[in-house]
Amino acid sequence: MSTPMTTLDHTLQDPPKLPFEPLIQKNAVITEARWVRVTLTTLALLFLLGFLLLPLISVFVEAFRNGVGAYFDAIREEDALAAIKLTMTVSLIAVPLNVVFGVVAAWAITKHSFRFKQLLTTLIDLPFSVSPVVSGLIYVLIFGAQGWAGPWLSEHNFKVLFAVPGIVLATVFVTFPFVARELIPLMQAQGTDDEQAALSLGANGWQVFWRVTIPNIRWGLLYGVLLCNARAMGEFGAVSVVSGHIRGLTNTMPLHVEILYNEYNFSAAFAVASLLALLALLTLGLKSLLEWRHGEELAATRKH
Amino acid sequence: MTALSVAPGSTVIKPLKHRSVMPGFGLSLGFTIFYLSLIVLIPLAGVFLKTADLGWQGIWNVVTSPRVDAALRLSFGAAAIAATLNAIFGLLIAWVFVRYDFFGKKLLDATIDLPFALPTAVAGIALTALYSGNGWVGQYLEPLGIKVAFTPLGVVVAMTFIGLPFVVRTVQPVLEEAEKELEEAAASLGATRWQTVTRVILPAILPALMTGYALSFARAVGEYGSVIFIAGNLPMKSEIAPLLIIIKLEEFDYAGATAVAATMLVISFVMLLIINLLQAWSRTRSGAKK
Repeated sequence: MSTPMTTLDHTLQDPPKLPFEPLIQKNAVITEARWVRVTLTTLALLFLLGFLLLPLISVFVEAFRNGVGAYFDAIREEDALAAIKLTMTVSLIAVPLNVVFGVVAAWAITKHSFRFKQLLTTLIDLPFSVSPVVSGLIYVLIFGAQGWAGPWLSEHNFKVLFAVPGIVLATVFVTFPFVARELIPLMQAQGTDDEQAALSLGANGWQVFWRVTIPNIRWGLLYGVLLCNARAMGEFGAVSVVSGHIRGLTNTMPLHVEILYNEYNFSAAFAVASLLALLALLTLGLKSLLEWRHGEELAATRKH
Repeated sequence: MTALSVAPGSTVIKPLKHRSVMPGFGLSLGFTIFYLSLIVLIPLAGVFLKTADLGWQGIWNVVTSPRVDAALRLSFGAAAIAATLNAIFGLLIAWVFVRYDFFGKKLLDATIDLPFALPTAVAGIALTALYSGNGWVGQYLEPLGIKVAFTPLGVVVAMTFIGLPFVVRTVQPVLEEAEKELEEAAASLGATRWQTVTRVILPAILPALMTGYALSFARAVGEYGSVIFIAGNLPMKSEIAPLLIIIKLEEFDYAGATAVAATMLVISFVMLLIINLLQAWSRTRSGAKK
């Protein structure tokens, strides 16, 4: 029994090489057995692939089913071009309106303290919890032939419903909270220190806004614009109620997809749909790029 | 928040606004309230004014008519099933993406937001193409006797598709911030891994999971674009409430359409209230300062 304990295993006492290996891999008590991890990961990825990615892939496969020629014919067709133009016009009006509102509302809510602030924030979020169809309906009730403003409008020969102004209004409604709700948590976290410093150095209100606040929130603002634009271009339900589906005149891209689909012109429907899918992919790509590059300059809470 | 030192017990009438050096309060708040009222509040109030024309009996008659009743049942029932599926798979996906490492994780994480970015009409026709009798998925389900497209099951599929990111994106940040020390403590006190997960981790993320469920449910109830293509829209069978509003509008039955809309609005406002309460609960649970 005189042998000293020379065979003691010292590796257990080595400190974990922290910066290089994630602690969780080393620390067996706070993770699961390997087979559990593999099973759960496989299940989650299968669900993602089968449920989210498969529909996306099928859009492109169906679009090219009748060949590349048919694809480009469907996109270059007159009504399709009119729909693309209308969608862009509507988004070019609706998005800037909501950007101005979002910035102003976030300024009021985050740079000042006043009563009913929480209520105001909740009210701004309201359009998200309203069904798109109801969002369209509210404007039919106001501007429709039987609506409150309808008779006056038709007397003055001004069309809102079944025309571009109605589509813009419905789009503004459904995309209303996007910019504001991205900026509010971000500006809340930034506080007012920078602005107060600028003010104390003699800057006036507008200088503070343009030279201090806007540069501070630019990436968050861009993020909000991206999401707002994607929804504005892709909105279907609300626009469908107010547009009247007049081909070449009040048909946005999503509505054009519906018309083609209901005419059993599937490959053309999927061809136009593939453009919208590309927009979605572009949006996701830019959004992820912003998150990876400027994650700290975006709102801390990533909720939609 | 400005800390006001007030003797306990004394009542102070809170001023509408605290004095501050920040400029532009009147202008920015005024514009915010003006624009909010013009675009959102006044039009929404119109729905309730219009519905009031009908009277309680009129609203009741519309909502309990067999076709409306069936549509409301389908919308809320399918939304509940879809939100439950999303809670299960959303939790699984959030767990896997926060806790495990695998190839392509960053890229796949970005695709979770696909249902937010993909226009609903595109999702609708794509899902219909996949699940119809000769589609990529449908051709394998049909021989098993499972018909998805043009049945209520199709409604559930579409609602699950659009609701998934709500659960993942609400649970993910909470799971990321969960303290690992608690798990180590549980393990060191002799808990099995299963006990730690169900008794320590799950209670901590439960408020977030419920918020995600409520958000996904609220979105599914009102969803239109992705559902109408796959639903088949048979009256009494696979017709959702938002579609019925459109049908009633096309028949110039404005009062009927508005009654259905008001019913849905009231329910979504209640949902919104619940979501806000859940989020407040979630914040106190996770100990965040804001």
